[in-house]
Amino acid sequence: MKDFFKRFSRNRGALIGLFILVVVILVAVFAPLLYPDSPWKMVQRPFLAPFSVDGFPLGTDTLGRDVAAGLAHGARVSLIVGLVSTLVALLIGVPLGALAGFYGGLVDDGAMRFTEFFQTIPNFALAIVLVAIMEPTLPTITLAIAIVSWPPVARLVRAEVLSLRRREFVDAARLAGLSNMRILFGHILPNAMSPIIVMASLMVATAILLESSLSFLGLGDPNIMSWGYMIGAARTVIRNAWWLSFIPGVAILMTVLALNLIGEGLNDALNPRLARKGR
Amino acid sequence: MDIVTAIVGRLLKAVITLLMIVILNFFLIHAAPGDPAAVMAGEAGAADAKYIAQLREQFGLDQPLMVQFWNYVSGVLQLDLGYSYRQQMPVLDLILERLPATLILTLTAFGMSLLLGIVFGLAAAARQGKWSDTVITSLSLLFYATPLFWVALMAVVLFSVKLGWFPAFGYETVGADYVGFQMVLDRLKHLVLPAFTLGLFFMAVYLRMTRSSVLEVSQMDFVKTARAKGLQENVIRRRHILRNALLPVVTLAGLQAGQLVGGAVLTETVFAWPGIGRLMFESLTARDYNTLLGVFLISAAMVILFNVVTDLVYRLIDPRIGAGGAA
Repeated sequence: MKDFFKRFSRNRGALIGLFILVVVILVAVFAPLLYPDSPWKMVQRPFLAPFSVDGFPLGTDTLGRDVAAGLAHGARVSLIVGLVSTLVALLIGVPLGALAGFYGGLVDDGAMRFTEFFQTIPNFALAIVLVAIMEPTLPTITLAIAIVSWPPVARLVRAEVLSLRRREFVDAARLAGLSNMRILFGHILPNAMSPIIVMASLMVATAILLESSLSFLGLGDPNIMSWGYMIGAARTVIRNAWWLSFIPGVAILMTVLALNLIGEGLNDALNPRLARKGR
Repeated sequence: MDIVTAIVGRLLKAVITLLMIVILNFFLIHAAPGDPAAVMAGEAGAADAKYIAQLREQFGLDQPLMVQFWNYVSGVLQLDLGYSYRQQMPVLDLILERLPATLILTLTAFGMSLLLGIVFGLAAAARQGKWSDTVITSLSLLFYATPLFWVALMAVVLFSVKLGWFPAFGYETVGADYVGFQMVLDRLKHLVLPAFTLGLFFMAVYLRMTRSSVLEVSQMDFVKTARAKGLQENVIRRRHILRNALLPVVTLAGLQAGQLVGGAVLTETVFAWPGIGRLMFESLTARDYNTLLGVFLISAAMVILFNVVTDLVYRLIDPRIGAGGAA
């Protein structure tokens, strides 16, 4: 564990990423305190440029709403959807991949054909269709993103379990009379944690991109302010007020970049032998 | 197993996948909100119960689910994807009308991102650890984190509104009626921004893959052997490293191409590019579920086709993969 922190903190990119992410998390957590009013509320003249009026550092949008307030509240949506959809994807992918790798044979064949099927479907198109059919709300958007994100997890976990199941500690556990389930979930999976953690951190980044793309297309929860919605709403005025699209985009870019940097840092720190191999 | 059996097997697998997508599509259509007959009647401006019942009978919506399912599958097999009551056209005709534009856009973006990704990836690997490597890899990390629709919008602001270099929307200058070379030039000008912004993310992916693959292969024993034999460095690079490093990049790129179709929805929406991605967005806002799912089906079919082709090409290039190797 000490080695882990040492290796992680030696990675400059990862530290920058962690710093950015902490800022975004703080903004998200304290958004209701920083901007207690609804981010949908009109507060000033529309189209105020950034830094032109005191109290509205990022200006106002097409309807006179405070851009900074929207940004702060949007951070909550991005992080929650990114985090929860990744957790749900792990809940689908980890057991499926683990059972496929552990039991092999027909179970493996069936599970992998199923996974391949979902991997073949263009995932953003599937997410669009799912959200459109289920009606856009925070839970359905999260679920749709999870549904299109789990296949790589299943494949990764399967490969890990395949390589671990013949190890001596598994034989030892078997001799000790442990049940299959306890061997799999108590002994094999904990040893496969580090690549799963790395993948999960990158999945949160992808999920945030997916969420913003969906709400850009108008498939966001209509009651919740999000970064993608802000860009989509400002699209029609891009010629006159380009900053209205620019600012939320920078927020997405920085958050996703931060998560990618952290993912790489985790990869280097958790798998020192594989370090710098990239993906 | 010989190559013919392998090809037949691969095609069979593709057909099964396609059938599964058709089945999935049927259930998605049924999960779509609203009674299609009622919606259709509403469109026709005559929402009385008798008319709705008549529509239901006409489109077989009063049949048991299994019968409807059979009707749907046999319809799709005969290339009937249903009717778009919004656009008053069969869905297939709508899609076929828009498909060429999407193919031009996605294939250009794919070719460009693969080419640039490989070139810059090789450049970065050759200068590993130097400042130019750092610049290239940092930029790729940045592009990798950039939302596609946002970079498209920013490209419009910069290259179209501010600099006026390229048109901001459409695939040709409306009303100009160019012919011959001028028409080609005009369309190319319209293609630059959409293709570039769609390809940017994928370029970053291929760049990173190329760089790490080259660095990995360079460490392998056969490269050391080649060096020990006294082969010239550029011969080693070209004949030994390049070939072995690029094979996985090209395959993975082929398998990833499906993502381009999804990306096209965003790019085509921003640039008003008249392809199936834009059609998907339009049917989304018009709640035209038949068209939406038709586009979904066709784009999935395109991806499967593309995967089969990549897979077969890969088998032909790489002698190490047996004819029955992993698909």
